[in-house]
Amino acid sequence: MEFPLDLSGSAYRDVPFEEKERLLDEVKSDLRFQDVMYGCYECGICVAACPSARFYDFSPRVIAQAVAREDADLVYTLMNDSIWDCSQCFSCDRCPRANSPGGLITIMREVAVNNALQTARKALEGYERIIYKIMSTGTQVSPDMLQPDAFPDWGTHVHEIADNLEIWRRALPPETLHTTETGWSIDDKTIIELYLIWHMTGVMDMIKGVDEGLFMILVDVMEERLEEAGYDVEFE
Amino acid sequence: MSDFIPLDVINGGARGRKFEWDTARAPTEDYHDAVLQLEKEGEWEVQRVPEPYIEVNTRYGRVKRIPIERTWHHKSCGQCGHIPGYSTSIYWLNRKLGLDYLDPKDQTSCTAWNYYASATSNPAAQASVAMRNFAAAAETDYFPIIHCGTSFGHYKEVRHELIHHHELRRKVRDVLSRLGKKLVMPEEIVHYSEWVHVMRHRFAELQTIDMSHITATVHPACHYHKLEAEDAIYDPEIYGAQRTAVITGTLQAIGVNVADYSSWYDCCGFGFRHILVSRDFSRSFAVQRKIEVMKEEVNPDVTVTHDTGCVTTLDQSQFAGQAHDRKVGIPVMSDSQMAALAMGAHPYKVLQLHWHNTNNKPFLEKLGIDQAQKWAEFEAACDKLKSGEKKYLTWEDADA
Repeated sequence: MEFPLDLSGSAYRDVPFEEKERLLDEVKSDLRFQDVMYGCYECGICVAACPSARFYDFSPRVIAQAVAREDADLVYTLMNDSIWDCSQCFSCDRCPRANSPGGLITIMREVAVNNALQTARKALEGYERIIYKIMSTGTQVSPDMLQPDAFPDWGTHVHEIADNLEIWRRALPPETLHTTETGWSIDDKTIIELYLIWHMTGVMDMIKGVDEGLFMILVDVMEERLEEAGYDVEFE
Repeated sequence: MSDFIPLDVINGGARGRKFEWDTARAPTEDYHDAVLQLEKEGEWEVQRVPEPYIEVNTRYGRVKRIPIERTWHHKSCGQCGHIPGYSTSIYWLNRKLGLDYLDPKDQTSCTAWNYYASATSNPAAQASVAMRNFAAAAETDYFPIIHCGTSFGHYKEVRHELIHHHELRRKVRDVLSRLGKKLVMPEEIVHYSEWVHVMRHRFAELQTIDMSHITATVHPACHYHKLEAEDAIYDPEIYGAQRTAVITGTLQAIGVNVADYSSWYDCCGFGFRHILVSRDFSRSFAVQRKIEVMKEEVNPDVTVTHDTGCVTTLDQSQFAGQAHDRKVGIPVMSDSQMAALAMGAHPYKVLQLHWHNTNNKPFLEKLGIDQAQKWAEFEAACDKLKSGEKKYLTWEDADA
């Protein structure tokens, strides 16, 4: 990411204006758009409440204004250089105009992924294992992810957990928590239903666009289990 | 310790102002009306809150029903995976009161952590995941209670979207139908900390550890009280109904002195994607905007919150802060862990504090708990697992 953020709207000159307008229209046509964007007083309350604005060259106000003004050039710049800094905490929902800049950014991120923009591919670098875990197992983080090389900044206790993981999991009274590879014990039938949801709602197509390697791995895992369960499902 | 802001100032007491609800002036629609109207129109079934329940008020004074038992525990990835004493304490509280609950295996994550982090999903998928879990709960006739603040907030978003967008309802109903499931919306979407809140006086009746000399700060979770903000518990007796009452109400019921700090509204720094792949931001925010502010303004014995990401970020970030000589060193716990501790739960067999990072031994010692003895008891229990004498630690072992 370049600093400072270029807000002139003249970045990405090589991208046709029609393409930028198409992406802005995709944002505006999302069913949630009317709930998250009304206009903008330019009061800055969202910025005052925003954690990301304190540490990044990031402003929920600029994003709300750019979309409210339908400035396709600037919206395209923000979709590429800014939206992934948002914390998605929704502190900006304090907006007196009843906007939700955080909700708007959720939509903009989704459009970036749907269109396989370079910004989405870059943002997801290093994140593949998390997507793999949630989509293939139904729980996002698992006990065995607590490894010292993954969390060096969390100190020596991560070593201790990793070293004692299997025993410490068996020392948990709830029967569902004895697992190490998933957060809790999940029925096979439940996982199959989750795979069918990903298939029926187009999520696998989104993954294919931004990370074909991850898509192939997920297809291998899912098709095998679905086939075992008697489903004839193909991910194209 | 004497110069922090006393809570009665925030409560309005110092100015003689008494807050009163006026639901007629609520700026939002009442979701109850919409949920029940769609049931009348045959759009979905509504799973009623089972009796007995306790009624509380939400942000604009509307009434919310919180079930006492027959609860279906919608678990949290981060709690179960990395801070398992959090959920263990919730179950322990239920068991201590002899309440009927279900810990299901027919439950997936809400997948919202990934959604807010990577956007690799869409409204239809997110709503289908939510409604699959709700349908699974309804099939058991137990009522869903949500452990994670983000699951709670996201499911409220899903409810809003399904209420207002018939095309989305149609799509999700079709997905559920192909899974052999009905579209069932719970009458209320309930966060576990709301259950803790309404049960707080019963916990206090069973309290065995005095906490009147303990000072705590409270961090309300963003996705609890900012997402679909109306549906969170408020109480005129707590912050004059100007902040959510959960956590604070529980701590006050067990005698803890709750102290205010200026950055209470700030998030913890979790950031969803940041905590996994851009942790420099999470560490900096948690230490500089939360922990150091609490330390300078209050110097509490503990800080208490009610969400997975908040416990994780506030706790784990302090290690790096300590390495840089920042003002850190505040143990972090959930309200369920604090309530269980007050009722005599084992700090390692139940609260599982060895999964936490920041040093909590001085806090336990201040409560009169011999933490070295307790750790020795836990290690002895683990030795039985290692030797093969036992395969798992049971609830009976946890209370032995």
